[in-house]
Amino acid sequence: MSDPTVRLDVVGRPLPRVDAAAKVTGVAVYADDISLPRMLHCRILRSPHPHARVLAVDPSAARRLPGVIAVLTGLDLPIRYGIMPVAQDERALEAEKVRYVGDPVAAVAAVDEETAAAALDAIRVDYDVLEPVMSIEEALREPRDEPIHDPAYTRRRHNVHRQLSNEFGDLEAGFARADHVREDVFFYQGNTHLPMEQHSAVATYLDGRVTLWSSTQVVHYVHRALARVLELPMSRIRVIGAAHGGGFGGKTDPFAHEIIVCKLAMLTGRPVKCTLTREEVFYAHRGRHPVLMWIRTGVTRDGRITAMHYRSALDGGAYGSYGPASVYYTGTLQPTTYDIPAYRFDSVRVFTNKAPCGPKRGHGTPQGRFGVELHLDKIAEDLGLDPVELRRRNFVRPFTRAVNWLRVTSCGLEECTRKVLDASGYRERERRPGRGMGFAISSYMSGAGTAIYWNEMPHSEVQLKVDRTGVTAYCGAMEIGQGSDSVLAFVVAEELGLRPSDVRLVTADTDLTPVDLGSYSSRVTFMAGNAALEAARRMRALLVRAVAEKMGVRGDESEIPVRDGRIGDFSFEEACVLGTTRFGALSTSGSYTPPRIGGPFKGSGVGPSPAYSYSACVVDVEADERTGLVTVKRVWIAHDVGRAINPLLVEGQVEGSVYMALGETLMEEQTYRKGRHKWPSMLEYKSPTFLDTPEITTFIVETVDPEGPYGAKEAGQGPLLPVPPAVVSAVHEALGVWVDEIPITPEKVLRALDARARGGVPRHGPRSFPDFDFGEVICVAPPDPDDLRVGPELEASFRGA
Amino acid sequence: MLNELDRAVQREVISLRVNGEDHQVLVPVHRTLLEVLREDLGLTGTKHGCELGECGTCTVLVDGRPQLSCLLLPVQVDDREITTVEGMGSSARLHPLQEAFASLGAAQCGYCTPGMLLAAMALLEDNPRPTRDEIREALAGNLCRCTGYTKILQAVELAAGKPGA
Repeated sequence: MSDPTVRLDVVGRPLPRVDAAAKVTGVAVYADDISLPRMLHCRILRSPHPHARVLAVDPSAARRLPGVIAVLTGLDLPIRYGIMPVAQDERALEAEKVRYVGDPVAAVAAVDEETAAAALDAIRVDYDVLEPVMSIEEALREPRDEPIHDPAYTRRRHNVHRQLSNEFGDLEAGFARADHVREDVFFYQGNTHLPMEQHSAVATYLDGRVTLWSSTQVVHYVHRALARVLELPMSRIRVIGAAHGGGFGGKTDPFAHEIIVCKLAMLTGRPVKCTLTREEVFYAHRGRHPVLMWIRTGVTRDGRITAMHYRSALDGGAYGSYGPASVYYTGTLQPTTYDIPAYRFDSVRVFTNKAPCGPKRGHGTPQGRFGVELHLDKIAEDLGLDPVELRRRNFVRPFTRAVNWLRVTSCGLEECTRKVLDASGYRERERRPGRGMGFAISSYMSGAGTAIYWNEMPHSEVQLKVDRTGVTAYCGAMEIGQGSDSVLAFVVAEELGLRPSDVRLVTADTDLTPVDLGSYSSRVTFMAGNAALEAARRMRALLVRAVAEKMGVRGDESEIPVRDGRIGDFSFEEACVLGTTRFGALSTSGSYTPPRIGGPFKGSGVGPSPAYSYSACVVDVEADERTGLVTVKRVWIAHDVGRAINPLLVEGQVEGSVYMALGETLMEEQTYRKGRHKWPSMLEYKSPTFLDTPEITTFIVETVDPEGPYGAKEAGQGPLLPVPPAVVSAVHEALGVWVDEIPITPEKVLRALDARARGGVPRHGPRSFPDFDFGEVICVAPPDPDDLRVGPELEASFRGA
Repeated sequence: MLNELDRAVQREVISLRVNGEDHQVLVPVHRTLLEVLREDLGLTGTKHGCELGECGTCTVLVDGRPQLSCLLLPVQVDDREITTVEGMGSSARLHPLQEAFASLGAAQCGYCTPGMLLAAMALLEDNPRPTRDEIREALAGNLCRCTGYTKILQAVELAAGKPGA
């Protein structure tokens, strides 16, 4: 799919995004900007209790209020849904039980927002308040009142949602071979996406058909959830992705308000809009899971890893969301950066009475990366080895298969490492108290190798239409600010010899566009990019053939160049006319299905990706011994993106990832007091401002992946991962203490310093990992590291083994 | 609350001068400038992120000074000159800041962009050649979650000193 020798005219250039003009002029239409004739406004009544049985909901007084057109309760929307087929545990309005402060209970449609809000106060709800479960430890114990979910439904004890235990290779032999074994415990606090745009959705109902505009990242998955809950065939529902004001994973689930506005539109026959308040956005959440980790690793004297045993416990909040995948993501990508000959991975996700956790940029992997990188730093210290050198000795080789069967192809770890070490002067750095540098690496998927729901269809489909007016590309991919639309236009323009602005786009509209699974797991460039490439090459072949026939030559592209708005002797417009004359209506399609590369064991569907991006970073930190304040002075980051389809957009993704990482490392945390979110406002939930964000120096590394479009891999999530451990490592260098959890607040730094002053371990962090029986371990024989077979051939070898 | 609803809401005719155009609107007195701009005048280029004065997204210029439209009542800005992103430029003629934001990728999701542009415009009006730290200081009240502020900083620097900026 990529040939490094091909001349490229559009790909690789720092062109502006295709939606730049709409965005800088304020013309782009976001969901809350939509206003339709006779539109009603919806507000949602939410639980004030973290855990309670709903005894009765009486909406009669609200229904009588002037200006109130409809009131919904849980009885109107009884069908459960959830993003994953194995976790259909939410209702748009809960009728029996509420599980976190903010759980929706009733909804009002009224002539304006104020009337709707006032009507919420007139709805009477009787609750039987239950003892909330607010931590991992509590969730693993016998509940004082009752489990959060019905055990018949979760099929697990107490509040355990999911658990797993996998062993790859011979762990015992690995540890037996080790010269040194170390154990550590780490904690990564939960935090939220905080998109600038509050979630918003508008629905209409006409002639038995529902149309929804929403600020979602996943129009197709919302489409599926609506069909289920509204009991309508998908052909009677249209979901349109409005201009999108930021997601970062926070708009990747189907949400209650999306379902509610559809139902209200169906009941009233009028358009209905619901825009969440900022406080409600904090409750919608689906953000970073708080994760407790325990890691035990054996190494040889010269720093080679012989075995690793990694355990994680995830605080999932009140519902499943992406949890069945998140529980794997905390541990499954470790072997894509380091060659770990024997790896055991145990994990448990629990329910608590907090806003549901889900995927935030990096989905489950930043937590594990944080633990493993710091753990290796400590091992290097034990062995008296340079931490960079220790990592390098264990770097995964390109084009190998990891112990847990993940297939690694292009890998720029070495080059990324060299770039940031050289640029930052890491090796020659001056050591002085209060100042330190830290180094860390990471990898991330270029799209999940399996869909959310099991099927063998393509993950992305693109259609191209050419007529006498030019070319239009149709794709279900959703632009969320990352440049999804731009990638489509750049690829089509490259293949047809056009400028991106010549390509008309129709995206993320389920009536008009073929399916793309959406903007999550960093999949769009790789998957929609490949689908667009296939569609565009097919279209180019048709146009070249028509032109060749007109020119009276053989239709070979070496004779008929497609470039600079021309195809052979003709302008592109003339070629379109020739093509339509020769073939009639011209359309082509392209699709992308990831190769089947998963291993032969349960859970192997989480982690495989057609390619992994790689990053390395160095941070320079000042840490004040008196105040505990940590200031990041500068960040150098190198990212192996395979090939930058647009370097400007890649840099933007890397810089945004680094910034978001610094927020969660230094200040952001979604925490609770007495069952309530401590700070559901943008003022109190501290995030970095312009003044808190240091200079970020980005290096793009291009390894030209054999399967990516033009060799491209992901850029939107991976660069977040190495930053948190690098900062904590730098603070250790600056002050000589370890803070084994983030955010690394002044209070925690001072506690670590205080522990040292009192002669204790110079550290602040979790002391232990909960005692939990992970059940029977699934032992998986490791693959041959050089076996890169995929698809039926690989699967046949599982059966043979 | 119910009694309040029953009471007739007090409305007033407000005169607003927005982007050089005069408007008269009859609105409830408690309606914010943000709401009037977006819902009564159809100027949806002004966005909102919190409606509590915390994020800077709804920034507009009042007599050239950046103000949070979610915290202003129209009566407070009667007869003053209000500038929204729609008044900065159009795709037919972009303001140099808009041009720079577009060409450097300073807008990703684009949601904070109108407020950010207006805050930057006010800065350059006062200080045509700001230092990096002055830009950071001036825009510190405007949150952005996409860009890490890096490309925004570069775009303001690029626009600074250009004619019309």
